[in-house]
Amino acid sequence: MASDNAPHFSSRDAVVCRGVGKTWAAGTKRAHEALREIDLDIKPGEFVVFLGPSGCGKSTLLYLIAGLEDATDGAIWSFGDKVETPSPERSLIFQETSLFPWLTVWQNVSFGLAIRGAAQEERRAVAAEALQRVGLIAAMDKRPDELSGGMRQRVAVARALAMRPKVLLMDEPFAALDVQTRARMQDFLLDVWRDSGASVLFVTHHIDEAVALADRVVVFTSRPGRIKTIFPIDLPRPRNLFSREAEAMRIQLTELLRDEVDRAFAEQEGFAVPA
Amino acid sequence: MAVVARDGETGVAAGASRPAAATRLLASRLFVSMAGLDWLAKVWWTCLSISLFAGLWELCWAMGWADEKLLPPPHIFLDNIAEQGKYFNTATRWQVGSSMTEGPSAFESVLITGAATTARVFAGLVLASVLAIGIGVLVRYYRFFDRLVLPTITLLSPVSPIAWLPVAIFLFGIGNAPAIFMVVVALFFHMVLATINQIDTVNTNLINVARTMGASKPQIYTRVIIPAILPGMLQVLRMNLFGAWMVVLVAESTGVGYGMGQVIMLARNTFNPSLVFFTIAVIGVLGFTFDWLLRLAQRRILYWLPDTAERLRGL
Repeated sequence: MASDNAPHFSSRDAVVCRGVGKTWAAGTKRAHEALREIDLDIKPGEFVVFLGPSGCGKSTLLYLIAGLEDATDGAIWSFGDKVETPSPERSLIFQETSLFPWLTVWQNVSFGLAIRGAAQEERRAVAAEALQRVGLIAAMDKRPDELSGGMRQRVAVARALAMRPKVLLMDEPFAALDVQTRARMQDFLLDVWRDSGASVLFVTHHIDEAVALADRVVVFTSRPGRIKTIFPIDLPRPRNLFSREAEAMRIQLTELLRDEVDRAFAEQEGFAVPA
Repeated sequence: MAVVARDGETGVAAGASRPAAATRLLASRLFVSMAGLDWLAKVWWTCLSISLFAGLWELCWAMGWADEKLLPPPHIFLDNIAEQGKYFNTATRWQVGSSMTEGPSAFESVLITGAATTARVFAGLVLASVLAIGIGVLVRYYRFFDRLVLPTITLLSPVSPIAWLPVAIFLFGIGNAPAIFMVVVALFFHMVLATINQIDTVNTNLINVARTMGASKPQIYTRVIIPAILPGMLQVLRMNLFGAWMVVLVAESTGVGYGMGQVIMLARNTFNPSLVFFTIAVIGVLGFTFDWLLRLAQRRILYWLPDTAERLRGL
């Protein structure tokens, strides 16, 4: 954690961002800058939460790390390789259901293997193993529309795990779930994370979620998104979220975010008044 | 098959238990347990709907508002099927030495003519779908193809199929080919644009998931985009089915040998309203059956889609 701003980086780091910036629709009238000057190092097995106001570009950074979009400035490396295209090593889990509705649960989970041309027995075995880990082995032959929202996200996690990723990218994966389900899903995710040994990059705008999950919280400024501060959560796991320390951290994070939210609001009001 | 049965059951349960009275609930359970009653109900409502329409017409006739020489009611134009069927036997009447009384019986003639028209609609529909989905996918797959082909397709899509009629005859003369060509040309351009529209509205997350799992461009098209656009495409196909039925009559009326359009033309030229309405009835039944079969196929192919017909019932 001390080496965050070091000029050189280790090729063993899970993700390294150097001077990353992204401007959408660059060179047109509608161009707007989403991210600016992002420098970030993420260790293998680390749980990092991206926290920031809506539209601050934290999801954009996740897409850039996934390789789904190209950075306008700077570069990203993962385990020493430059990120240029998507890779099964960096699995992305979305906020909304992204299961293929025409495939059964196990076919969804083993989709990545089907693409590589694996035989049916192998695919089913790998899917069974991944579904075992998320506690949904019984739902193997069901179709996505027969599952609840929480179950669907667990299947999405199983699908990501089946690829044996070194980095799990999660874009507000529990945002559409109710509060109780969300708490359960956080515990579940921590178990999965511990078992898999993968780094997790988790986007959220919930401070509670950040304190519950993260080793480090990356706090973003409002648009264009820059790293405002990196906030370590050094609470022992399993965490008591009602402890005084946890409460103090939530208050600190709330303070940090408040300025940014105020700034974002002021900017939006500025838009509303025709110049 | 299990899915179809389940959809039927939920449909009945949702419809019948709405007033929430205990007896109603019991009745709905009974409905569910006696599979097939749902079916009967559908047939019953279909018959009722048609009877109501026919009854109003008969009433107009009985009151003397509708002249039976111009608007003969169903009991008149359905009265003498043998007589009507004779006109359908246009297959051989232009051949030298064949008389009206030879050849297939009246009933067989109606069947043959109806089957011929249906076959033309079917052939046209299949050809148009394959071509349109193929071209639509190619347009999105290759940017070069998009730029080269899409302007022409957009330019030609507002042209009425009627305008293509002379082209059909120039190119294919008389027979099945021009009729099928007309159906294809009437559907093709719209279906290409519909395919492109369907591809553009595929959920980006699904495509991104496939990309992060290492799917190549061809794999994304075959494993994600094609299944994702299928529901919309079958909907488009069903809408275009009726278009195909309309166009095939126009094509047939200009000389195909035999067909429903030919019979309508004959009825017009001989001032025979009974024959007109009889033919309309036959076309209606054929189109209805065709649509029903397509819906059946749709439910089999799109096994993963929930039944949404009952969605707005609770309003």
